[in-house]
Amino acid sequence: MIRLQQVHVRFGVGTPLETHALRGVDLQISEGEFVTVIGSNGAGKSSLLNALSGEIAVSSGQVFIDGRDVTRLDTAARAALVARVFQDPLAGSCEFLTIEENLALADARGRRRGLRPALDEARKQPYRDYLARLNLGLENRLQDKMGLLSGGQRQAVSLLMATLQPSKILLLDEHTAALDPKTSAFVLDLTRQIIEEKQCTALMVTHSMKQALEVGSRTIMLHQGRIIFDISGDERARLGVKDLLDLFSQSQGETLDDDALLLG
Amino acid sequence: MSQIAFLGAIETGLIYALVALGIYLSFRVLEFPDLTVDGSFPLGAAVSAVLIVHGWNPWLATGLAVVAGALAGFVTGWLNVRLKILHLLASILTMIALYSINLRIMGKPNIALLGENTLLTPLESLDLPYYVSTPMAFLVVVLICAALLVRFLNSETGLALRATGANPRMARAQGVRTGWMILGGMALSNALVALAGSLFAQSQGSADVTMGVGVIVVGLASVIGGEAIISPGTVLKAALACIVGAILYRLAIAFALNLDLLGLKAQDLNLVTSILVMMAIVLPRYRLRRPVA
Repeated sequence: MIRLQQVHVRFGVGTPLETHALRGVDLQISEGEFVTVIGSNGAGKSSLLNALSGEIAVSSGQVFIDGRDVTRLDTAARAALVARVFQDPLAGSCEFLTIEENLALADARGRRRGLRPALDEARKQPYRDYLARLNLGLENRLQDKMGLLSGGQRQAVSLLMATLQPSKILLLDEHTAALDPKTSAFVLDLTRQIIEEKQCTALMVTHSMKQALEVGSRTIMLHQGRIIFDISGDERARLGVKDLLDLFSQSQGETLDDDALLLG
Repeated sequence: MSQIAFLGAIETGLIYALVALGIYLSFRVLEFPDLTVDGSFPLGAAVSAVLIVHGWNPWLATGLAVVAGALAGFVTGWLNVRLKILHLLASILTMIALYSINLRIMGKPNIALLGENTLLTPLESLDLPYYVSTPMAFLVVVLICAALLVRFLNSETGLALRATGANPRMARAQGVRTGWMILGGMALSNALVALAGSLFAQSQGSADVTMGVGVIVVGLASVIGGEAIISPGTVLKAALACIVGAILYRLAIAFALNLDLLGLKAQDLNLVTSILVMMAIVLPRYRLRRPVA
């Protein structure tokens, strides 16, 4: 279970550029829940993700993952608990390493790394099998450099990398946003399959309201560093994009810019 | 060129192959432009020379020289990782500090090792002239070091080290403690360079505080030159490229200096080296690229 308690994140404290990215966020995610996060630019989506992954230190409040207080742990120390797919397909893997080396690197996430060879035949077979499910022919290209793959292929492999080892939460940071519509649909579909199959607890940030409602079991909306609504179950099932916009104007007393969020 | 000069160039080339392996580790694997080597090369020479002159076992003396080099690399890494000093500047600070430290260690600007019991002394009992036996012994040392380095870089920890240089953010997300990786990698890199310095002093018969000047550029020239000949697709190929590059570089220099044609003299060495490195960096950009399939 994941729990954020009164989490505040401030940047540039004491400078003219001081921003208050998260303003007292309380959030509890049960095991197996798949939460989608929406919000316009600057709403605090990335800060929320980074506070969970440990990439930014929270200014105040506490972060619990699986009952452990991880507030003071950095990214590397949380890696056994947190898996992540980045928005930029180039960020989640190493282009100078081969596909199999990238997988081996992810396979050791959160484990002690020793002096054993990182790769041997016994380890490669599961990688081959796992890659084969993508139907991209990558299982025959284990020794190709990651940099040779297209953005969509890299993002698909990143997703496999993140789910090779179990985690307490899988963070998806607009991981389909940089892809063309067709590839984006493919990666999203894969995401759904894997999450369901492995029964991951997941948090997915998205720019698309439609996507946010279609995928997952719960949706939260961030605005100016606060969670302004949190819907799940039947209430969410009945909701359309239009209702979501209405919900926003009701709670905020203002209408959302059309271009602040993608409606499609 | 005489046989002695030819084998002498190979011998120096093999020593610089160790430097090139160290520089490959810092510049290429960790993407950490490290100038510490100009200080850790003479540091290795200084430590082993002083100990040997004081009658220490040459193996132990060389071993401690390697440890001293590792420490120097660790300091540079620490300045960068913990004190957040820009990597290039951190390495310059260590390099400059080492100049004083090397003088302190030696107590004077140079130490002669002639007639002392060095690592190379046992080779004298072989039925081979010194200019043949020394490069052969160095070849064995270089191959062992390269094999160990390749094996390490292909291990789980080695892979984490390579990821640290290539994509630190991703490496951290995979649980790699990138700060420690940089410290360890820099220590290993400078340990190799100090070993080279120690062997150089023992084969030349003296350690000198100025012997490190330009080591970085020669090492870099070897790495870049080697990469032009052997495309470094894998760690093994990259290591071979370093060795081949270092030997060919020394041979090219020996030929150029021998070949009165250009009127080059020994004092032109650093100028020639700089120009070669510059060309090696710039020329590939103008090479016609094969269309990518």
